[in-house]
Amino acid sequence: MGIESKLGNLGIVTTTLEQVVNWSRTRAMWPMLFGLACCAIEMMAAQSADYDMSRFGMELMRASPRQSDLMIVAGRVTRKMAPVLRRLYDQMPDPKWVVAMGDCCSCGGVFNNYAVVPGVDEIVPVDVYVAGCPPRPEGLIHGILTLHEKVMGEKIKDYA
Amino acid sequence: MSVVEKAVNLLRDRLGEDVQEVITFRDQTTVVLESSAIVNACTLLRDHAEFDFLAALTAVDYWPEEPRFKIVYQLYSLPQKVFLGLNVFISSEDAELPTMETVFPNANWHEREIFDMFGISFEGHSDLRRIIMPHDWQGHPLRKDYPLGYEEVQFTFNFDEIDRRKPYAKE
Amino acid sequence: MLQEQTDITVDELRHLISDRALTGETMLLNMGPQHPSTHGVLRLLLELDGERIISCIPDIGFLHTGIEKNMEAKTYEKALVMTDRMDYLNNLGNNLCYVLAIEKLVDLDVPDRAKVIRVILAELQRISSHLVFLATHALDIGAMSVFLYCFRERELILDIFEMCSGARMMTSFFRPGGLWRDIPDGFEAVVRDFLNAFPKRIKQYEDLLTNNPLYVERTKMIGPISGEDALRWGLSGPPLRAAGVAWDLRKSNPYSGYEQYDFEIPTGTNGDVYDRYIVRINEMRQSLRIIEQALNNLPGGPVRSDNRKFVPPPRAELGTSMEAVIHHFKLWTEGFPAPKASVYVAVESPRGELGCYLEGDGGPKPYRVHFRTPSFAVLQTLPMMSEGFLVADLVAIISSLDPVLGDSDR
Repeated sequence: MGIESKLGNLGIVTTTLEQVVNWSRTRAMWPMLFGLACCAIEMMAAQSADYDMSRFGMELMRASPRQSDLMIVAGRVTRKMAPVLRRLYDQMPDPKWVVAMGDCCSCGGVFNNYAVVPGVDEIVPVDVYVAGCPPRPEGLIHGILTLHEKVMGEKIKDYA
Repeated sequence: MSVVEKAVNLLRDRLGEDVQEVITFRDQTTVVLESSAIVNACTLLRDHAEFDFLAALTAVDYWPEEPRFKIVYQLYSLPQKVFLGLNVFISSEDAELPTMETVFPNANWHEREIFDMFGISFEGHSDLRRIIMPHDWQGHPLRKDYPLGYEEVQFTFNFDEIDRRKPYAKE
Repeated sequence: MLQEQTDITVDELRHLISDRALTGETMLLNMGPQHPSTHGVLRLLLELDGERIISCIPDIGFLHTGIEKNMEAKTYEKALVMTDRMDYLNNLGNNLCYVLAIEKLVDLDVPDRAKVIRVILAELQRISSHLVFLATHALDIGAMSVFLYCFRERELILDIFEMCSGARMMTSFFRPGGLWRDIPDGFEAVVRDFLNAFPKRIKQYEDLLTNNPLYVERTKMIGPISGEDALRWGLSGPPLRAAGVAWDLRKSNPYSGYEQYDFEIPTGTNGDVYDRYIVRINEMRQSLRIIEQALNNLPGGPVRSDNRKFVPPPRAELGTSMEAVIHHFKLWTEGFPAPKASVYVAVESPRGELGCYLEGDGGPKPYRVHFRTPSFAVLQTLPMMSEGFLVADLVAIISSLDPVLGDSDR
């Protein structure tokens, strides 16, 4: 609506393939439900009406990894859970991104012992780290917007 | 005579020598028993003293002192509204106890957790396998000779050094 | 680094599944740790005959964080921070249990104002935990709008917590001896607004669910358990009260001044999913009563004990008094010592009986901390409760028991 009124009845829009692909990837990124612990509650709060995440295209959380492209690891990853997490990450189709939400999956958080993996980046490559224990819903949304900026800056020669 | 005193007297009458000690601390009573008498004691308390709820079941490790382990039972009486603690000491060579599952069925998972965390096995248990750690984990984490697994914290001064040896996932 | 794990073979579990599974007549299905309705990372191995469950084997431990061992390496007050993260929907309740245990162990007094504020905040936490229960329970049954409504109300409560302590969830507001600091000025007004607005909201949720024939059909007589069975299997809290046993630790062994307040214990009859929902809704109403009574009787005075051996002095005193400096130094570098004894303190968390067994050894660090958590005891009854029901009923049963896996695995 905006473009046509500005440029008249042209009917042609020029852009690069890269911009279109990146734009469409960010506007409808479906997150996979991977709430493990306390950060999951803040993720659910971010999904709810006060800090709506569906305005960023993330209306629902897909439980199936085959149908999602963003994995928000929310909560502490323990040694028993680590292989499961890797297997789910492998099941997600490309392109996929990972947001490490919270301190426990960024660096181990408050815990420094035999049971917690200190940082989920030992298991899956992470794109954005969101700090906080737990991060406020606005913090998570800021992390997602940072991820959007990162995706908009991706070059097509890297993944094509 | 209060409910707890009556229960302790009942145990002393029926079990005699097996009641080793009665500790009262901050108005909480704990009875130290012989390890062979614990199932009898709980049955008596459940049937005759109205202690019908097993509230907690845990263990403490006193390495390197002997006896090494102390198993703690906390019983609760709903009609009388009191807690009573029972302690049992066992040594590390003979880390075995009869199971409480026949008396209080909810001891099932609690005993599995003690087996997992301390290595104390319960004879007669229906399903003794690890519950909280992965099923092929080696070692018993809550023992005092098991390391905490503390990892060196990555401050600014040693950031690069740790960064080099930290196993990042590439893909 | 990833430890290659071997999976559990059927042989190891043979004693838990029926013989029909070994011939292939029934199906073994893994309801994995990552599932939209398992309330955290709970893994269930189901043996199914079509859609009916023959047996169900829970596999927990995917959120085991070694909190008990980690607390042994920290001083008493520093270890308080870890208790928030155990049952992450009942942070203040966990704090309360641990702090009461410390106070009992070292025989520390708590001023009255602190006790009343502890009650107010603990009851607000109970309401917020029940709201999350309602949200996820309704979401599992299929009523998505209740999820959004409940989280909207929860934001009001989290605003109150943030006003007091600065954090929405992990507040660590209760300290040994009282509270961290006094409540701010606008606290009473905000809480009264909440008390006025909330009963209408509860009525809104009840209008949506209680007499809804779809909801009733999905929850009545699903997962019933009798009172004696519930007691034998270690249930406590709302599942036990829904089965008919009126036991509430706030009434039977009151702590922190609960004996002054007048409230009822809602109970049910069948112990099924529907009764547990009704019990929790009524508990929210009773919590509002308690908060109102507590707010009307809020005494003045200090909020933390002034026993300087255990409680650090306020910073203003450090400039003038030498003893204050010495106490501050000792508490910050070493911590306070506890006697070589053990205590067990139990409080009523929204899930049941939360108990803390604390053993000191004369030093500044706890020798052994064990939390008897309600979710661990409750998940044990899942195989018994779900036998013979459909998989969709299993989802309703799990959400009605309200397990929090951080609580269960610690």
